[in-house]
Amino acid sequence: MAIKERMSGNEAVSYAIRQINPDVMPAFPITPSTEIPQMVSTYIANGEMDTEFIPVESEHSSMSATIGAEAAGARSLTATSSAGLALMWEELLLAASNRLPLVMALVNRTLSGPININCDHSDGMGARDTGWIQIYAENNQEAYDNFIQAYPIAEDERVHLPVMICQDGFITSHAVENMELLEDEKVREFVGEYEPEEYLLNPGKPIAVGPYSVSNYAMEAKKNQEIALENSKEVILEVAEKFKEMAGREYGLFEEYRTEDAEYLMLIMGSAAGTAKDAVDHLRDAGKKVGVVKLRVFRPFPARELAEALKECKAVAIMDRCESYNGNGGPLGSEVTSALFRNKVMIETVNYIYGLAGRDFTVGDACGIFSDLEEMMVNGKEIEQYQYIRLRK
Amino acid sequence: MRTDVRKINEKTPHHQLTEGLMIFAGGTSKSFNTGEWRTNTPIYHPEKCKQCLLCTPVCPDSSIPVRDGKRLDFDMDHCKGCGICANVCPFDAIEMKEGNV
Amino acid sequence: MKNGIEIRWHGRGGQGAKTAALLLADVAFKTGQNVQGFPEYGPERMGAPITAFNRISSDRIRVHSNIYHPDFVVVVDETLLDSVDVTAGLKKEGAIIINTSKKSEDIMEHLNGYEGKVFTVDARKISMETLGKNFPNSPMLAATVAVSRVMPRDKFITEMRASYEHKFAKKPEVIDGNMQALEKAFDVVEEALNKA
Repeated sequence: MAIKERMSGNEAVSYAIRQINPDVMPAFPITPSTEIPQMVSTYIANGEMDTEFIPVESEHSSMSATIGAEAAGARSLTATSSAGLALMWEELLLAASNRLPLVMALVNRTLSGPININCDHSDGMGARDTGWIQIYAENNQEAYDNFIQAYPIAEDERVHLPVMICQDGFITSHAVENMELLEDEKVREFVGEYEPEEYLLNPGKPIAVGPYSVSNYAMEAKKNQEIALENSKEVILEVAEKFKEMAGREYGLFEEYRTEDAEYLMLIMGSAAGTAKDAVDHLRDAGKKVGVVKLRVFRPFPARELAEALKECKAVAIMDRCESYNGNGGPLGSEVTSALFRNKVMIETVNYIYGLAGRDFTVGDACGIFSDLEEMMVNGKEIEQYQYIRLRK
Repeated sequence: MRTDVRKINEKTPHHQLTEGLMIFAGGTSKSFNTGEWRTNTPIYHPEKCKQCLLCTPVCPDSSIPVRDGKRLDFDMDHCKGCGICANVCPFDAIEMKEGNV
Repeated sequence: MKNGIEIRWHGRGGQGAKTAALLLADVAFKTGQNVQGFPEYGPERMGAPITAFNRISSDRIRVHSNIYHPDFVVVVDETLLDSVDVTAGLKKEGAIIINTSKKSEDIMEHLNGYEGKVFTVDARKISMETLGKNFPNSPMLAATVAVSRVMPRDKFITEMRASYEHKFAKKPEVIDGNMQALEKAFDVVEEALNKA
């Protein structure tokens, strides 16, 4: 029986952490993820879980300690946001190259500057090439469900990579919404015990983790990492299938919402996908053939699968909650168009930058974008291929 | 996953390397003959040596073995010939010779 | 969200407008509805104007934006009327609920010509009488429920008592005062509704 609850996104993730009861959690507070270590500490203090919480002096240390604990053989995790993630930069790559299946709760917040505490995806996108698996949530339910799926993905022997479970800062992390929780036993059974094959604190079976590697080895190691990331696609889908059997909720690499006969699509990630779905319902009522593709798994990037999903539409709006300062669009804009090109899908695309540093994104904004696409295709209206939404002009 | 890392070398294809280049053994540096790099060689003169043991702790490669409180001759499989030992010896009991002797 | 209501709260940092929005989400959830309760975040400064939001619906709520066309607006601090356009986008079939000792006709001039219903609740007075301190958010919460009718009075009262008993487990002496504050505010609104 599902437990009906209302919780904020941070509460939901903390609740999942309590249920999983990992071995070690080093963390350093930063808005808007601070509540996660705070709530986990409370669970520990109340004797509801026995995770070893390590208060550290910086995020550089929290990721280092998480790596150390995981290498030692403990199921480990941390939580952070924005500048905290940036301070972990060097260790993020080491976690992945050392093939450590640790997990991070990332509560997306813009990277300064200008200094700002609100949501966009510049922190997560900044870490997009660190070798981590990245899964983004639309709402509190998904943040919870994704977190429960994280360790089974990370610890699968075909993967052995760190996983970042992302949700939008404040928009979901601090908003109370309805959700359904799973029973503790169900979650524990689903996630299982962590039994690493090789780990540092294993008497009689010594290993060295993260040795210096000369050029003759490093490139091969990186290729192996890339293969593991590619393998993780099927593992993510297998874990989602098992999750569906347990919880009844369905997940994939991305979600297709009313796309079957859609002429115009919006490709979007995170909390704004819900807003876009409301816009789609609204426009469908008015007879418009529109739909949403919500990207859940950004790493590994499902390039082939996305090209397949987009190929029948006339035009797609690619929505970036992040500027990448390449002069040509945002990260999703670049990666989706490259996926389309390589798979010979020659549809029209417009790359919109929206929601930077907490700028709102409304149903009206989404409707306006769909109408832009239609104007472009039907009436030949010139649309800037790379533009900002809700910018004061 | 556990493999004999001694069989891995610079010709091993990527899929036969260990995950994360993990090394499944302890003290593997012993099997690495760094003595081969030596361009200068320390020569030990036991007759001048007072067994003060100043040389042992300064050796960066742990190549001066000690048994029963007394140093033995150099471990030439690992000594890189840096000469620090000769420099600290107060009794000229270590002499540096050019080349890998 | 096709059915349901949207509420916007205006308050000042530290007055509990955010807490009230979260409490409203809480009680509405307990009566079986779909809810959202969230504040608009920025640097947190005591006394600075803040906004919080509620969506309450029989449908699943997916939209994740602020609320620009609310059905109801709640003003927890009347000094905001001069600096914040509290009626912006407020539907005229809706209502605004203001914490003030003034009568609604005396406050109209601050409402930018708003044509809908205006309710005034002297939450400070109610709070002082029942709690001995100025905690305007409990009476304003009750007034909001009374005006918006998101749930019946008895259900609201039952759920709030349960919620306070949990929240104030260590200082049960404040529970009765808070309950009285809720009842009094409800009375004020119901009286105004009966008059209308």
